[in-house]
Amino acid sequence: MTQPLLQITDLQVAFRAGKQDIPAVRGAGLTVYPGQTVAIVGESGSGKSTTAHAIIDLLPGTGHVTGGSIVFDGRDITHLKRREREAIRGSQIGLVPQDPMSNLNPLVRVGKQIKESLEANGVARGKAADKRVVELLEEAGLPDAASRARQFPHEYSGGMRQRALIAMGLAARPKLLIADEPTSALDVTVQKQILDHLETLTTDLGVAVLLITHDLGLAAERADHLVVMYKGQVVESGPALQILKNPQHPYSQRLISSAPSLASQRLTSQLRAEVRESSVKTAGEIAAEIVAEGELGGEVTDAVVEAKNLTKVFKLPGGAPGRSIDFTAVDDVSFRLRRGTTTAIVGESGSGKSTVARMVLDLLEPTSGSVEFDGIDITTLRDKKQQLAFRRRVQPVFQNPYASLDPMYSIYRSIEEPLRTHKIGSDKEREAKIRDLLDKVSLPSAVMRRFPSELSGGQRQRVAIARALALDPEVVILDEAVSALDVLVQAQILTLLNDLQAELGLSYLFITHDLAVVRQIADDVLVMQNGKVVEQATVTEVFDRPREEYTRKLLDAIPGGSIELAS
Amino acid sequence: MWWYVGKRLLQAIPVVLGATLLIYAMVFLQPGDPILALFGEKPVSESVKAELEAQYNLDQPFIIQWLLFLGGALTGDFGLSFSGQPVADLIGRAFPVTLKLALMALVIEAVLGIIAGFYAGLRRGKIFDSTMLVVSLLVIAVPIFVLGFMLQLVFGVQLQWAPATVGGDASFQRLILPAVVLGLVSFAYVLRLTRTSVVENLGADHVRTARAKGLSETEVNRKHVLRNSLIPVVTFLGADLGTLMAGAIVTEGIFNIPGIGNLAYQAVLRGEGPTVVSVVTIMVLVYVVMSLLVDLLYAALDPRIRYA
Amino acid sequence: MPDMTPLPGQTIYVAPTDGTPLEETGTVDTSAPPEGQWKEAWKQLRSNWIFWVSAVLLVIIFIVVLFPGLFTDINPRQAQLSRSLEGPSADHWFGFDRQGYDVFSRVVYGARASVTVGILTMLFVTVVGLLTGAVAGFYGKWVDTAISRVADIFFAIPLILGAIVLLSTLNNVWSNRGYWGGVLAVVLVLAVFGWPQMTRIARGAVLEIKSLEFIDAARAIGATKRSNLWRHVIPNSLAPVIVTATVSLGVYIVAEATLSFLGIGLPPSVVSWGNDIAAAQSQVRSGNNLHVLFFPAGALAITVLSFMLLGDAVRDALDPKAKKS
Repeated sequence: MTQPLLQITDLQVAFRAGKQDIPAVRGAGLTVYPGQTVAIVGESGSGKSTTAHAIIDLLPGTGHVTGGSIVFDGRDITHLKRREREAIRGSQIGLVPQDPMSNLNPLVRVGKQIKESLEANGVARGKAADKRVVELLEEAGLPDAASRARQFPHEYSGGMRQRALIAMGLAARPKLLIADEPTSALDVTVQKQILDHLETLTTDLGVAVLLITHDLGLAAERADHLVVMYKGQVVESGPALQILKNPQHPYSQRLISSAPSLASQRLTSQLRAEVRESSVKTAGEIAAEIVAEGELGGEVTDAVVEAKNLTKVFKLPGGAPGRSIDFTAVDDVSFRLRRGTTTAIVGESGSGKSTVARMVLDLLEPTSGSVEFDGIDITTLRDKKQQLAFRRRVQPVFQNPYASLDPMYSIYRSIEEPLRTHKIGSDKEREAKIRDLLDKVSLPSAVMRRFPSELSGGQRQRVAIARALALDPEVVILDEAVSALDVLVQAQILTLLNDLQAELGLSYLFITHDLAVVRQIADDVLVMQNGKVVEQATVTEVFDRPREEYTRKLLDAIPGGSIELAS
Repeated sequence: MWWYVGKRLLQAIPVVLGATLLIYAMVFLQPGDPILALFGEKPVSESVKAELEAQYNLDQPFIIQWLLFLGGALTGDFGLSFSGQPVADLIGRAFPVTLKLALMALVIEAVLGIIAGFYAGLRRGKIFDSTMLVVSLLVIAVPIFVLGFMLQLVFGVQLQWAPATVGGDASFQRLILPAVVLGLVSFAYVLRLTRTSVVENLGADHVRTARAKGLSETEVNRKHVLRNSLIPVVTFLGADLGTLMAGAIVTEGIFNIPGIGNLAYQAVLRGEGPTVVSVVTIMVLVYVVMSLLVDLLYAALDPRIRYA
Repeated sequence: MPDMTPLPGQTIYVAPTDGTPLEETGTVDTSAPPEGQWKEAWKQLRSNWIFWVSAVLLVIIFIVVLFPGLFTDINPRQAQLSRSLEGPSADHWFGFDRQGYDVFSRVVYGARASVTVGILTMLFVTVVGLLTGAVAGFYGKWVDTAISRVADIFFAIPLILGAIVLLSTLNNVWSNRGYWGGVLAVVLVLAVFGWPQMTRIARGAVLEIKSLEFIDAARAIGATKRSNLWRHVIPNSLAPVIVTATVSLGVYIVAEATLSFLGIGLPPSVVSWGNDIAAAQSQVRSGNNLHVLFFPAGALAITVLSFMLLGDAVRDALDPKAKKS
């Protein structure tokens, strides 16, 4: 029987704050055998990364191991001297870090940075090392490795940087590779390529991998053994498929039921249909009422927003003064957002999806084409009163819950701002309205006097939704509104959005890079790539019968999408 | 890149024009007779007055005066001082002295500031770090002329390690003490900047990655921390040369150095408008050239920056 | 997938549920009072001993500035030539200078001019710099170009050199300006050449804030550009401006002293540290009578140091980077 390569027992890690220790990992344990892939899964703050960093003694700041043991290759490495520690790093245990953008030294050529790894671990020196660097980069799947080695990190794309980091982590042929969220900063299609490559490479070399990830689907797909962490503790561990199919701990159960990539398709489409039915009905009534009042003019059609041939060209500074390069961010995009439904715009970074959102919000003027709201071109609304009327009916929720609320405004003031700007109600009425809104987004009214920094990411996003709803809009533009949230919180917010839609008859324009969440909220889908719409269809069509190669690629890239769950 | 240099030079033109116009206006655009004002209480004969008026184009409208001055300055003709010497000659003699002094000060502050700041940053919160922070604050808080005077007293007069004054002989040895004085304040800023930068870089992701590769602590510090920390410091030093040359006015006064600051100061006291304007114009040019050089240096040091 | 029999240490493990109870993600800790950004900064500040050292020093300095009579009943302009250059004694802690002025009294009364110059210059520079910088950064385009170029012009002229030139001109056109006139002249001159620095800081801060999502959210509500600028952008850009203002206050006090040292700052009739330090130089030539130089210079240094330390403490409290760790 083989000996375990890594055995962590009852590990305790704490961060020192002032005079007291704040525990981050509380009695975690796991075992990795040679050549095996083990995944630690958990949300932010679960202690998964801290556990990984404790192994190679690279805890940030004041972090330190306060108890337990880490045995690597039969040797206790919990408390090593500096030299011994340096000897283990690189040659015995390699690291592929999380964010490819910040983990390469921007001032040093990529080849040189890999060469350092070879030289520090005594693998090769000088010319021989240079040659080896090129081989390693080729091995990591980088085309044109010889010339690429002489380039600086900023000349690489995100995916290429991650490949370079993989080459670096494997340069000295360690026995264990710690891969800390190696692809979470990358686009889904790139993510898949890189993970596939990493898998082949480590299998060929017989390297064991400790994969740290927040994505349960990804973990299940790539690992033999799964360790679920929650609040610094291991709540469940065991064979990957077994946990996935039959989770025992309530936390694992909740995690699995919330993961968008694993969520049962039949169930969601049924729920979605119910939401849509109720929403479309309510929306129709509201629209009829508004038209009767004749505030904005226009008439009730089934499309509340219609984008016609939207195009946005940015002028980028060119090589010489006075010259500029035209960059077409959005190229001839047309779609209809049906009243009371959700249209999702899906695309990877640089696809132009957020630019479309900004144009629909009238925050950015289209170069050509138009956005019609109830049949009226919004660029023609030059009258101040009409513009305000338009703003009342279309509101946004943005991606970053940390940047979308003014940190100096209390929650009360943040939600009150739209009411105040539109001079709606007396102070008393506004307060009642704010209480009502907080209730709608399931926040206790005690948060009113709080400030954004005191709330969690999910709570802030709820506040942002409450603010968007303050003016009783008909359309809400959700620009990556759930992308920055942990899985459980993401699922809660999606449920909230569905409930609100059913109740208030809202129409959503849902911008996202994550095709997996689309099924839970959208009715129609636009797939965008490089500013163009590549496929436009209903959700069921896109998921069941994708017509375009690119859409299929996106679907394939959903981690864990291929795993059949018996539920 | 050359486009960028050209564009920056074009942008510098209004700055130089504006700054000279501003100074020119401050010196010459005063109510009353400028010649009388220049001479203050002293009596002026009619012939001298007329001659001066013609010489400085005071009979012309203000803007024309300024344009004529600019035209002269472009050909290296800054007019004559009251003692009849060409201002260009005065500047030609004083400028190298100040440049030498400022460069010496720059080397001293750079070497000491970077070394001290680097070690303070690596040993954050330890004795050396705290001592250096206190020293740097003291150096900034005590006016340079008090520091200069004290150092002159201790090293020049009492210990006699260095000459107390410089006078006509602006040799390397005689300039060391003044250069230390001149560089002291900037030394404090270089120290603090290096320290902050080192502390920031120590926490950078790529430094952690370098450690994970198995590099030794010394290698990580030298190859990744120090190198990346130097970028803001080097750009500060570039911009500081101009500040040092202009700030030399105090140091040159204490140590009696015949530099450009002294020249400007004496000219201001004597009310020699043309000399004052010329010296300030030179300093503005130094500033403009240095900031362009700093930008180019920045691009040379940081491969991410490409100017277009 | 390899065979499904788990290896030792990899058998199925499920933690007892009571060991890690699941928490509702929607709870809000209502035990502590709500904290805005400023309140939080104040909490940070309160726990920093550097802040308290500088605050205590500054309070003492402000009392000296406002009520010098509390500390000495000797007139700083009353010369006792007979006691010229007498050293410190029990009755006269700081001794006498060459004119026979009581140095302690001079130091006490000199505080007012130095601190007033520092504070007024800081206020001028902050208001002008903040407004120009915020407008330039927020509106961009030609407004930005215009403001930035004008700031460049003033920035290109070295502070002390420019100040000397402008002050000598002021001396010609406004020669008898008395105590407050003298102070105001120095303030104006320092402010004229000091504002561009603040403009740059404020502009940078505004550019950063402007790109945040809550600004877009406010625009989508229908808030006007101007209300956005005043309600969101400026309040959120204040932190670096305040830090710079506190630190630069010390710098302006030193600059005033330097100008006075050069004989062109405050009129000689004004009792100020700068004037006294300048006068002291000639009295200490041989290395004797150090007290004449030491006390005004020390008072100046302590004052400047207090503002610098305060600036450092405020920076630590407001810096978002420091907050994260």
